Amino acid sequence: MNIKLLHLLEEDCTLTTPQLAAAADLTEAQVEAERTAMERDRIILGYKAVVDWDRTNLESVTALIEVKVTPQRGDGFDRLAKRIYQYDEVESVFLMSGAFDFTVIISGRSLKEVAHFVGERLAPLDGVTGTATHFILRKYKEKHLVFEKLPEQDKEFIFS
Amino acid sequence: MRYEDILSQRIQNLNPSGIRKFFDLLQEMEDTISLGVGEPDFQTPWHIREAGVYSLEKGFTRYTSNAGLMELRREISAYMDRHYHLSYDPETQILVTVGGSEGLDLAFRALIDPGDEVIIPVPSFVCYGPMVEMAGGVPVYLEMKEENQFRLTPQELAPLLTKRTKALLLPFPSNPTGGIMEREDLEAVARVLEGTSVMVVSDEIYAELTYGGLNHVSMANLPQMQDRTIVINGLSKSHSMTGWRMGFACGPAPILAQMIKLHQFGIMSAPTTSQYAAVEALRNGDRDVVNMREEYDGRRRFLVSGLRKLGLSCFEPKGAFYVFPCIRGLGLTSDEFCERLLLSQGVAVISGSAFGPGGEGYVRCCYAASMQDLTKALDRIGAFLKELKP
Repeated sequence: MNIKLLHLLEEDCTLTTPQLAAAADLTEAQVEAERTAMERDRIILGYKAVVDWDRTNLESVTALIEVKVTPQRGDGFDRLAKRIYQYDEVESVFLMSGAFDFTVIISGRSLKEVAHFVGERLAPLDGVTGTATHFILRKYKEKHLVFEKLPEQDKEFIFS
Repeated sequence: MRYEDILSQRIQNLNPSGIRKFFDLLQEMEDTISLGVGEPDFQTPWHIREAGVYSLEKGFTRYTSNAGLMELRREISAYMDRHYHLSYDPETQILVTVGGSEGLDLAFRALIDPGDEVIIPVPSFVCYGPMVEMAGGVPVYLEMKEENQFRLTPQELAPLLTKRTKALLLPFPSNPTGGIMEREDLEAVARVLEGTSVMVVSDEIYAELTYGGLNHVSMANLPQMQDRTIVINGLSKSHSMTGWRMGFACGPAPILAQMIKLHQFGIMSAPTTSQYAAVEALRNGDRDVVNMREEYDGRRRFLVSGLRKLGLSCFEPKGAFYVFPCIRGLGLTSDEFCERLLLSQGVAVISGSAFGPGGEGYVRCCYAASMQDLTKALDRIGAFLKELKP
């Protein structure tokens, strides 16, 4: 496992092997080997683009749902989490400390679709005792990426 | 009106930098990649910018004391101790300047009487010579060589010392070569200066940017040299704060007193907003410095190995953020190489000749650019080299 390589890939997974090798001070062969091993060991789960769907003409809604559950004997929270995360529309599931148990993030095409998921799939699950759905109105920043295009200072060619 | 009759002869005689023409050309072109400018490509970290904004919200918009905010001078003192093991009294030995450049200018003007000589190792930052001349001094250039890893050697220094030598400028870590001086190199130079009263003006603006586990050593770290050295530093390169114009000078109190006097007459005080931002940068910015250094280090390795793969011989830079490949043997002067590379491939690098004698045969490539840009630049330089040797 190479922490430096992980940081680099987490920041920008489009870096090429020669770029990664230079940045992590490894040989290209080492980079390839480390990367394969980390993918095999599921330290690296995947590589995805961060998309601003608001810039497309596709309607989409994202909701963050607080879920309260009764942990089940023997399985604790895990079995229930599994029953939730296997739905395709579920983007993320986190077990939380505090006033509720799971944060579930889901995306749908419309409010109705999300409402349907919560009402028909999530809430009726055995062990789920309550939900609170929060719709995301606007995304500002995700995974260190800012959605808004920030102004850039004009480049001056100063000899220094 | 014949302005040339009115304008100062001394100022008119200063050679303008030839690089302006090149930059004008660059400005007109599209789809260019510039490895030309010498400034960080990172934005100033937000907590530092925020501190500047907050100082404005609070209405801190007046002059500060001439030498700079006491709070900032205390932070500078703590920073110099923490990072470089140098001890300066914030009351009498530290001056906040408008960028490192002002500090250099003040140091030369405080030291130089007409005709005094200042030894300037080259290739180096273009401003040193003109600054010395503006102060009425005579720059004496010393050509550093690649075979000495672009270090200053005592053998080259000794013959240039005369009765008129007032100061030696130390430009390390070096723009444009990336060369550094290690402790034993500095000790050897210090031995040559023994028995003279030559002062050292040490431009350490790139001190945070040294690589390969080598920490910056200042001439002022040598006990016998501390009271003969003026250290010029600042936050432009270390904290990505070029536009804030935050520099500082540290040195013996009697010299600083004269520099503060000049600064008071010419500048009054460094910008207040920038000074509040600088307090935050020095107090809570050490992590930013480390992160940026690591990032530059990766790009440095990438660019050096990339240029070498293209067949360019390339001195391994140990500091700053420049690579200085040798382009001799291609049948072009440095100026020609840069102009043709720009026109043919849209890549801007700076001719070594712009950095004084000793720079011919080299070009400066700045790696304060994204990996993506560096990759594209290398591809295009590769294509250009193929054009030269079909």
